[in-house]
Parts: sequence; C-alpha cells; structure tokens
Amino acid sequence: MAHFEKAKSLNEWMDQRLAVNTIKRVMQTEYWIPKDINFLWAMGMVLAATFGILLISGIFLLMYYKPDVNLAFDSVNYTIMSEVGFGWLWRHIHGVAASLVFLIIYIHMFTGIYYGSYKKGRELIWLSGMLLFVTFSAEAFSGYMLPWGQMSYWAGMVITNLFSGGSLEAYGLVEWIRGDYVPGDAFLTRFFMLHVLLLPLAIIGLIVLHFGTLRLPHVNNQEGAEIDFEEAAELYKNGNHKEAKVIPFSPVFLSKDIFVMGIYFILFFYLVFYHFEFAMDPVNFDPADGLKTPAHIYPEWYFLWSYEILRPFSKDLGLVAFAIAQVIFFSLPFLDRSPNVAPANRRGLFHFWFWLMLVDMLVLTFMGKLPPTDALFANIGLVAALTFFALWVALPIITKLEKKL
Amino acid sequence: MSSRRDFMGFALGGFTAVGGIAALYAMKRSWDPLPSVKAAGFTTIDVSSAQPNVLNVEKWRGKPIFVLKKTADMKADDRDVIVGSDRFHISIGLCTHLGCIPAYLADEMKFKCACHGGEFDSSGHQIFGPPPSPLEIPPFKVDGTKIVLGEAGPEYKKMLDAGLTV
Repeated sequence: MAHFEKAKSLNEWMDQRLAVNTIKRVMQTEYWIPKDINFLWAMGMVLAATFGILLISGIFLLMYYKPDVNLAFDSVNYTIMSEVGFGWLWRHIHGVAASLVFLIIYIHMFTGIYYGSYKKGRELIWLSGMLLFVTFSAEAFSGYMLPWGQMSYWAGMVITNLFSGGSLEAYGLVEWIRGDYVPGDAFLTRFFMLHVLLLPLAIIGLIVLHFGTLRLPHVNNQEGAEIDFEEAAELYKNGNHKEAKVIPFSPVFLSKDIFVMGIYFILFFYLVFYHFEFAMDPVNFDPADGLKTPAHIYPEWYFLWSYEILRPFSKDLGLVAFAIAQVIFFSLPFLDRSPNVAPANRRGLFHFWFWLMLVDMLVLTFMGKLPPTDALFANIGLVAALTFFALWVALPIITKLEKKL
Repeated sequence: MSSRRDFMGFALGGFTAVGGIAALYAMKRSWDPLPSVKAAGFTTIDVSSAQPNVLNVEKWRGKPIFVLKKTADMKADDRDVIVGSDRFHISIGLCTHLGCIPAYLADEMKFKCACHGGEFDSSGHQIFGPPPSPLEIPPFKVDGTKIVLGEAGPEYKKMLDAGLTV
C-alpha cells in the first residue's frame, strides 16, 4: 500500500487516487492549440458530438427494434414511428446524423488534405482517421440493413455479392457472410450485432487512438508553420496571451469549437425537424422482397463516388477498381513525396490536384445517383473514374517535382 | 534460469495459440449457414401447364428461379431442359453481374436487368452489358412433368461437366 495523506478537498482526494490534475493538465489546460486556425479545425469535435448523438438516439431505437425478418420492418415503421412516444424523433435524428456524419467526415478529410495535416509526424493521425472512415462505412452499411426494406435487402444482396470476387466465384464466402443463400434472418441478426455492438466498440476505440495520435505532433495550422510549443506555452502561462501563438485546448479552444457546434446543430435540427426525408429513401418503405428488384439500386449519397467507380468497368476490373478506391486514401502520406507542410494554394501543382480530386469525387457522386441506362452519363462516369486513378498515379510525380518552400 | 523461463513462455504461448485457433474455428463455424437453412433446399415445380414465352418465377433457397417454356421458333440450346417434347429455359433469376433480378421482355424475348443494363437471351446467354457469364442453372432433376430443384439429375450433371453452368 502506498502512503496517502488525508485529503483536504474532493479534488485532492481524487487527485491522490486517479491523478486527475495531471490528466486535466495533459489533456486540457496544457494541451496547446495554435491560434492560427479557422472553423474547419472544429470538425473533429463536431464529429465527436455527432457520434454521441448517434449513440444516444441509437440506444432508444434499440429498446423497440426487433432483429427478425418478420418483425423488423414493422418494429421500425409502425412501433417506433407511431407508437413509441417521440420514437420518430430518435429515428429521424439517427438517420440525419448518419448522413451528416459523412458530410463532416469528408470536410474533415479534405481539410487535412488541403493543409497537409498528414505529413511527417502526423501519418498516424491520417491512418487512424482512415480506419475510422472505413469503420463508419461498415457501421452505416450494417445499420442500413436493419429496417429490412427493399433497399436494405437489395443493398445487402449487391454488397455481399461483391465478396464473390468476380470471376473467382467465391459464392461459399458470400453464403458464409450471409449465413444463408440469400440475405435472411441469420444475415439480419448478425448485421444487427455488428451495428449495435462490435462496430461501435471498434469506433470508440479508434476515436481514442485518433485523439492519441494527435497529442504529440499537435494540431496543424493554416500556414503549416512549425511551432515551438514549449516556448509558446511559457509565453501563454506568463500571461502574454496576445504574443503567444497558442491557446489551451480547454476551456479556450473548446469554447470556439462549441460555437461552431452551435451553428452546426442549428442546421442539424433544422434537417431533423423539417427535411429528414433526405436521409430516408422512399424505396426502403416497402418491405424487403427477395423476388422483386427495385428499378434502380443505388447506395446512400456518401457511397456514390466509390459505387460509380465500380459501375463503368467490366465486372472483374470494376471490382479491382472499387477495392483500390476503398483503400487508396490510406496511402496519401506515402504517395505525397513533398516535405512541404503548407496549404495547397502555396504548393504549385498540388493545388490543382486538390481541386481536381474534389471536383472529380463530386462528379462521381452525381453520376452514381443516375440510372445506368443513359450512355452520356455512363461515359462521364467512366472519364471521372479514370481521372480518379490518374490523379493518384500523378500524385507522387507532381509532389516530387514540387519546389521546397 | 532463462531457459526455464523461455520454456514457460513457449508453453504459455503455445497453449494460448492453440486455444486462440480453436476459438477462431468456433467463431467461423458460428457464422456458417445453419443446418436447417441448408436442409430447406428442395423445390418441386410442375411444368405441365406452362405457356410458351410466359416467364414463371419460382422460389428456391430464397432465390428467384426463371422457368420459361420456349416457343418453337426460339433457338434450341444445350442449356435447355427437355420435359417430354417441350424445351424449357430454367435458371437462377439473378443477374450474374451483381445479383439483381432481370425482367423478361416477352416481345423482345430477352431478359433485361434494371440495375446496370445487362441483357440475356431466352437461353440465358449474356448479350449486352456487364454480365460476365450466362444465367446460372440450378441443380435440377426431371421427374415426369415435374422438375425437382436442389437435386442434381443426370441432365444437370451433363451440363455441369460440359461447363454450361457453374
């Protein structure tokens, strides 16, 4: 037993047993954040808050949801929507948050790309963030199965079929994933398990890792400037708040985060109360029917760009292209050969690369929503998909040629 | 001293690895389709009252099964199932591209998939779009005017051996 003095306050009592003051210092009051940043740096906390909202609304949905192919559809569309007091609120919050979380993830990612926040020392931030993106995608897909409507069923059919590996014809693997020849009860219950337990656990773990990877390299800034955090912290602690280039994470920076969150939540609840239908596909209000394919199967908007990369090619080539598109962003810190940590507008050709990539992914997204029958749009989709890969091939070359700043 | 510790380390590591692999096997088996799911795999269809060029969709193992009685002027194919004097096209009604159900256009005598525009002729051969292979033929056995799906009869085995389906 270690020696304990009698504590004079609750705080001291806690500090003796849990080192709360050290934790507070390391994580909050002496976690220095550069001043030279803008509202885009608040997206991380906006994401954390949105995840919290997904968790809370999910808990209430879980109280009435029934993971059974005969009961699931009605438990959502009848019980939760019209019997449970404010059940509709939890469902609309959950649906809107699931959609917006991807919008913010994309903004967060492209902010990181624009300002070079994945460069030397920050690679793990990028990699853990990408792991979060992949896990969130799996979480979104598994959640989409649960209402057991037509889109749930057919998205489940199409996506699990991808695992047959085209000409490899690994139907055994597909049936193993489903636990049945087609998506059925075993499929629904296992994706329910993934959605409410395994994947959220993984996400929480990854969020901790993602925060952890940020602590030592610190947050980037608008100029990509290297900051002597020791020196800047001394200035701040001595009361030179104006000259110091940094502020403490909490409560100073967090108050700015909370302001941005406030704006975000106005938009968020506007959508929840007045425009929730954008997150609710009408086709999914028909119960799942294995003998009737909807006229046009498409994923939610946040998967459209990679879906469009799958479409214009032959089956095997499409699968390979799709698989590469899913993981290619992981390689960004290693394909970018330039040592410059600076906003894209000061990085020559990379500036064009950034905007081309952004526009290309928007084009892919729009084309992915359109039916496959129109030849003009199919060709635009093909060009956009080829551009996507051309940009990744070009990245190491143009960044190698980049002048050192 | 250290060799005794090494031994303990290897022994512990070995047992943990064996237990871990055993647990992984149990987990894999728990994800397998249940025996009851596998057992409910036979469907019998009576085709004696089928009309030519009218598609009937039956259900087998949760999948749609196309049963199309061919008209006299449709081209005969090695994949046809012969029942009495009639020729039938029988296939799993899932597009071989990504598993959507193609619709049958009786006027044009072809199947068309709405998802990605793939087309198949009345023998199930792909004639347009992304499908990489013909519509698959389910295991079948001809029994008088009935067809049993899920059981591999001699006609099916012959098609399988000839590589006409997978």
